[in-house]
Amino acid sequence: MRTAFINQLIEEATHNEKIFLLVGDLGFSVIEPFAERFPERYLNVGIAEQNMAGIAAGLAMEGYCVFIYSIGNFPTLRCMEQIRYDICYHNLNVKIVAVGGGYAYGPLGTSHHATEEIGMLRTIPNLVVCAPGDPFEAKAITTFCCNYQGPCYIRIGKAGEPLVHKGPIEHLQLGEILKIQEGENKVAVLSTGAMLKYVVDFVKDNNIKASVYSFPFAKPIDIEVLAAICKTHQKIITIEEHQKAAGFGSVVLESINDLIEAGSLSTFPFIKRIGIQDCFASVAGSQGYLRQQAGLELHIEDFKCINC
Amino acid sequence: MKIKERIDDHPQKTEDFAKSIRKLTLQMVFNAKASHIGGALSMVDILAVLYNEILSLDPSNPSNPARDRFLLSKGHACTSLYATLALKQFFPIEDLNTYSKNDSIYLSHTSHYVSGIEISAGSLGHALPVSCGLALAAKRKHELWQVYCLISDGELDEGSNWESILFAPQHKLDNLNVIVDYNKIQSLGNTNDVIALEPLQLKFKAFNWDVIEIDGHNHAEIFNAFTREKIEGVPRVIIANTIKGKGISFMENNLLWHYKSPSEEQYNEAIKELEIR
Repeated sequence: MRTAFINQLIEEATHNEKIFLLVGDLGFSVIEPFAERFPERYLNVGIAEQNMAGIAAGLAMEGYCVFIYSIGNFPTLRCMEQIRYDICYHNLNVKIVAVGGGYAYGPLGTSHHATEEIGMLRTIPNLVVCAPGDPFEAKAITTFCCNYQGPCYIRIGKAGEPLVHKGPIEHLQLGEILKIQEGENKVAVLSTGAMLKYVVDFVKDNNIKASVYSFPFAKPIDIEVLAAICKTHQKIITIEEHQKAAGFGSVVLESINDLIEAGSLSTFPFIKRIGIQDCFASVAGSQGYLRQQAGLELHIEDFKCINC
Repeated sequence: MKIKERIDDHPQKTEDFAKSIRKLTLQMVFNAKASHIGGALSMVDILAVLYNEILSLDPSNPSNPARDRFLLSKGHACTSLYATLALKQFFPIEDLNTYSKNDSIYLSHTSHYVSGIEISAGSLGHALPVSCGLALAAKRKHELWQVYCLISDGELDEGSNWESILFAPQHKLDNLNVIVDYNKIQSLGNTNDVIALEPLQLKFKAFNWDVIEIDGHNHAEIFNAFTREKIEGVPRVIIANTIKGKGISFMENNLLWHYKSPSEEQYNEAIKELEIR
């Protein structure tokens, strides 16, 4: 995903001279092609994320479309107040990019596990929260963010994530929900971020005829499409590599509740949320191992429901 | 005490301008029963010199791309900046009557919704990193405007400032001018008792800044500090030794006036003092 991101950013920067990339002394063997090609629009600010976020705000005030790039919690939690106050309150054109969403840096430990940031960031006004599901989504999100005027957060995986979509996603719209497959039974799995491949493989391997949707945006989401999904399915399963509290499942749950309250939906579907259960992973492990330990798994019985 | 526009409200002389800023500041704080008058008064002379003699600004076109950028980091001291901007006709002086009232854009910390204010600031240690971004943008675009960032002494406790203090000389931001309003009193006591900054001049020198230390109430010294020839590639910091509550004797160097708002009697006494000086 990070390769898809940087390649697309280079592509965008060749015809958009406003794009500026700041890195927090991370991105070895990723960011070099950008740095070499656009030295006037690149800077390594050092290991100083608060300063990086502030500098990004200043550059954006002068018309740049600024990407700040680092790992996991560093460009997010470490400078949360600068994101809220300097970037989002002033509604500036800054894109915060965190590599290593979820347990992507598994063995490196809790410091490197980005498992709370969606919940924290999605409460901040003006901020668009993105979590692409495969390299095609990462590419589409990068293009979207380059053209969107305002602050965005992009959670990307690491390197080498498999492709899920069959080809590039054209003209991705703000909040768009991507249908991966339509099922015959009345269960829909809603996935955000890098869990997508696991979901698609699980239903395929187990020959489950469920619908699968990818949410490259955790905020905002296309509420009308969500309502339509709820109308055609009896059971919704959300899955994310993030704390269950305040994350993507919460977005879905809250949105459905609001749809009911607004009268746009008459019945609550059954909703199962799969997320991390209020704990840290304190042992070493691969991304797959830590996902399993945290219970980020589907089970065949999850797809059973009345009248399905 | 309704604030009204008067004929002598737009003085030419910096000394008179500073006096008018102090009066308006006092009125605003008294009307709103607000805090932070001490820190608002300590920076008045710096604001007066900057806005009267240094900054290139056009109140009728506050977002002119060629303007100098002035960022106040100690946003809690906004009253004297609002007063300065009103006196410079960025907005009507009467607007100051709404300060801190329901639905007013004149918040008790600087707001970027106010004409002439570059950024909202209330949380400390934010404006200097943003100023670095502005100065970097000017450098990259080969533009000649300057960035001025006024910070408090107490907020130098914030680590984010030191990230910027490392950054600016590294990237040769000689278009960045930082002013430390060194009134030596922070929220709960003297800076030297809370987290000592001394030797402050040497700290900045060790971080490769061009350091000028001045009396922050002496207009000639302030002017000279801003206009002294720059060292190429070196950002400048002006350590302005100031007095918290400057201009009103019973407020000077008194921690109480970080918080307290004057009573009517104190207000009248203060106004009288400002008239005499």
